[in-house]
Amino acid sequence: MLTIKNLHASIGGKEILKGIDLSIPAGQVHAIMGPNGSGKSTLSYILSDRAGYDVTEGSVTFKGRDLLSLNTEERAAAGVFLAMQYPVEIPGVSNMVFLKTALNAIRASRGQSPLDAMQTLKLLRGKASAIGLSEDMLKRAVNVGFSGGEKKRNEILQMAVLEPSLCILDETDSGLDIDALKIVADGVNALRSPERSMLVITHYQRLLDYIKPDAVHVLAYGKIRRSGGAELAHELEEKGYTDFVNEAA
Amino acid sequence: MTAKTQTLAKNLAEQKYKYGFVTAIEQETAPLGVNEDIVRFISAKKNEPAWLLEWRLKAFHHWKTMSEPHWAKIHYPPINYQSASYYAAPKQSAKPQTLDDVDPELLKTYAKLGIPLQEQERLAGVAERRVAVDAVFDSVSVATTYKKELESHGIIFCPISEAVITHPDLVRKYLGSVVPMTDNFFATLNSAVFTDGSFVYIPRGVRCPMELSTYFRINAENTGQFERTLIIADEGASVSYLEGCTAPKRDENQLHAAVVELVALDDAAIKYSTVQNWYPGDKDGKGGIYNFVTKRGACRGNRSKISWTQVETGSAITWKYPSCILQGDGSIGEFYSVAIANNCQQADTGTKMIHIGKNTRSTIISKGISAGRAQNTYRGLVKILRTAKGARNKTQCDSLLIGDACGAHTFPALESRQPQARVEHEATTSKVSEDQIFYCQQRGLNTEEAMALIVNGFCKEVLQELPMEFAVEAQKLVAISLEGSVG
Repeated sequence: MLTIKNLHASIGGKEILKGIDLSIPAGQVHAIMGPNGSGKSTLSYILSDRAGYDVTEGSVTFKGRDLLSLNTEERAAAGVFLAMQYPVEIPGVSNMVFLKTALNAIRASRGQSPLDAMQTLKLLRGKASAIGLSEDMLKRAVNVGFSGGEKKRNEILQMAVLEPSLCILDETDSGLDIDALKIVADGVNALRSPERSMLVITHYQRLLDYIKPDAVHVLAYGKIRRSGGAELAHELEEKGYTDFVNEAA
Repeated sequence: MTAKTQTLAKNLAEQKYKYGFVTAIEQETAPLGVNEDIVRFISAKKNEPAWLLEWRLKAFHHWKTMSEPHWAKIHYPPINYQSASYYAAPKQSAKPQTLDDVDPELLKTYAKLGIPLQEQERLAGVAERRVAVDAVFDSVSVATTYKKELESHGIIFCPISEAVITHPDLVRKYLGSVVPMTDNFFATLNSAVFTDGSFVYIPRGVRCPMELSTYFRINAENTGQFERTLIIADEGASVSYLEGCTAPKRDENQLHAAVVELVALDDAAIKYSTVQNWYPGDKDGKGGIYNFVTKRGACRGNRSKISWTQVETGSAITWKYPSCILQGDGSIGEFYSVAIANNCQQADTGTKMIHIGKNTRSTIISKGISAGRAQNTYRGLVKILRTAKGARNKTQCDSLLIGDACGAHTFPALESRQPQARVEHEATTSKVSEDQIFYCQQRGLNTEEAMALIVNGFCKEVLQELPMEFAVEAQKLVAISLEGSVG
């Protein structure tokens, strides 16, 4: 599904990613853990082509295509979805309108006909109730006045509606209490499928108790320092990242 | 940029100002310049009674003593009032009585503009909403639809040039009663040389059964358009009226100086909506319409209501302050405005709410959007006289900036002589953030779509005040007006 080779990237000339190699087969969930400032969020922005984040070397192949040649919305259309650490507020635009516009933009790029208001409403109601969001949330402006938990759930709703093939979750667990965490994790687990891969970025092992990863990678100082199974997360929880920090130094 | 986005950008650029075409039609125009003879010429063209010619001449002589106002935050080279023509009309032997008599070129023009001039049969059981149209082409009205049906309700909807002849008492009673002939430089010029516009009278107790609208089209080169609209809602009457405007793309600036007067008697309500899409000039500021307009409504009756909604996207310069004089006790004035200025456009717009009667209320919601190198100014006055016991006003001015070369300015003035009046004012300025654009793009929207969505969200409170038929069009217009404003 996703193959990253020797990826180097910088922000404003400062190198943040220093040669990432990572491969996620279809249907697998990979977790990326690491200390603050290790480049985890940079990786998510590089994969979604955010302005200001520059690739200086390496390649990224997604479903056989050169991902780096596509711009943000083309990547979204190709099936890349980034659940953001800080979901953005858009005043005056209802969740319903936002999702309908996004869904139809993506459908258009796939050569599908747009859904009308009734079809969209039916689809959104179904998806929202599946992750325990009230219909009222669909009418409210995108993320405006949402609690931290509601914002993260709203990201999962968007993911469920747009049906991407690669989901990147950037610290989706940050700022969530244990109940909200469970709800978000349930939403994510419901979206796991053999055709969908996930890249879960997190500080803490806690989230991985609920979303069982197929592999765990430790990112520190711009490189993947170690990869392993789910047990690696537990090891990190006990020992912290000190070893990797020393290794990089 | 990929091939796909390139095509998209090209398509958008081409549709940007799709009303910029010129109709090839033989026209009669007045000699250049304005003087007493021209005023007489216009009056004679319209077969006007003597009182109106006198009124025009009085205005003209007063105008000669006035000088152009320069207090607005707009800049433009001096206008030579003697170098443009003040009258242009398609050549035809007589005023067409039915659509069949109208020049096919004109019919084609309105079809191209998407303005329906054919009346639709009301189908049994179908509650479709209809819109009556008065189509003003340069200095004359070329067609007015649904006149017969409206007449059966006692409603008068016709070109003002016709009303002068068919309903002289009404015109004489109300013309210049809200915007006096000596009001301001542009209104006084208009009083001298106005050519056409719409006249609406809704009789006592009648709710107008359909939307009324006037569509103003400037076509002729080197002419100004001076339209005059007068709407009267008698006791207990109500009407919703919409005006739209477009003009061809030209390198020269053209002057449009209109006057609109509204009168609402006891318990009457007038809702006046504008979608102003005059040619804004090119991206370097060449050409475009100078839109110097005086609009004012008088809530003369108790419990009367006047509501202005405007979507101002066009014109090189907009100078316009639709206002309400709240004279009747318990009368209500509203002003909802979206003003978009892109590239080199300049907009100086706002409102005046004059509270005179007891328990009068006013609401002002202004949304200004600046992009490119444009300057966008909100200028407003809330004036509460000592007599206006229990008066209330709520003002909200929001400015949105796109890019860092544009400007937003707010000049809200408040004068209250009534200690018990309640006045609230809120103002915000924000920028479309890169975070918002990226968020939308990551969900599959391109930059233009993202910008359209965000800006439409910003304007929502105002756009939802528009009649349903026009709200969707206005949303699209907002998107098109901002084309090219990002990245």
